[in-house]
Amino acid sequence: MTPKPYLFIVVFAGVALMFPVLPLALAWLWRKFFQPPKPGAQKNAIYECGVESIGEAHIQFRSQYYLYAILFLIFDVEAIFLVPFAVAFTGLPIGAFIAVLVFLLLLIEGLVWAWGKGCLSWANK
Amino acid sequence: MSEGSIEEGLRAELQRQGIWVTSMQELYNWGRKNSIWPLQFGLACCAIEMIATAASRYDIARFGGEVFRPSPRQADLMIVAGTVTKKMAPQIVRLYNQMPDPKYVISMGACAISGGPFKQGYNVLKGIDRYIPVDVYIPGCPPRPEALLHAFMELQRKIDSQKLSGGDKADFLKKEQPSEFPVPAFGEHDLNPPANKDVYQPPKLERV
Repeated sequence: MTPKPYLFIVVFAGVALMFPVLPLALAWLWRKFFQPPKPGAQKNAIYECGVESIGEAHIQFRSQYYLYAILFLIFDVEAIFLVPFAVAFTGLPIGAFIAVLVFLLLLIEGLVWAWGKGCLSWANK
Repeated sequence: MSEGSIEEGLRAELQRQGIWVTSMQELYNWGRKNSIWPLQFGLACCAIEMIATAASRYDIARFGGEVFRPSPRQADLMIVAGTVTKKMAPQIVRLYNQMPDPKYVISMGACAISGGPFKQGYNVLKGIDRYIPVDVYIPGCPPRPEALLHAFMELQRKIDSQKLSGGDKADFLKKEQPSEFPVPAFGEHDLNPPANKDVYQPPKLERV
């Protein structure tokens, strides 16, 4: 008799399928024969904290923190790129140097823009 | 235990021979009573005792009730542990409504039973059984963890005795038995209505 290695996989897949399907089917049969369904407005409510939900979930968020995101990019993420740039500065070809300068210019443009919006000065002066 | 099953003597004899006989109802109730998942919420100092019951010293896991669920959809048991304020009562009734059947309620401590030492307070509900049906009451202020375990065992006994069929079958299996109870609203001075007439009758005072 030749061994059939794929037979085990078939058996394994069958067991793996029956393991979740059988309890679900039993629960379905149980509900059908014994337990009368009792749906209700609160039972079917989406929110389940005991507190009634107010308004709709489909609201638009105002992205008021985008300025902080820009400043974070300028002062934090840029530093991560600048450190390896400074370390490898002497051995860099001219193309890489220009690429980094373009990257820096893009972020400096963001800084100028944030400056122009006045978000670098304190609010209550 | 259940009707229609074999008699106890024959059953004991079979067990001695290594044959276990059971019925659908016993199997179902055995599974249910040993996997009661409580709803995870506490209202006041009784909740501390409930936490102690769930922790290692008292260990409610011995009774299969350690899985405190944060969602009412997955819970079987509501342990009302503490003072129910009138502000909190609608939320509790709503949570009870959102639990799937079969569901049980343990009213833990003097406050949940009657308002306890805060009964005279204008903002305290005089017992959670005014709005939802309670299965087991635990007296005490607060009850010790052993008392909660005792109530838990009482509830297990109740679950074990519930019937699946026949005229005296369990309430949650009856079609006409409601699964949701009306949620009280905030009135001018009190909750409106002050009690659910279907589940609560005020105790009668008799002068002798």
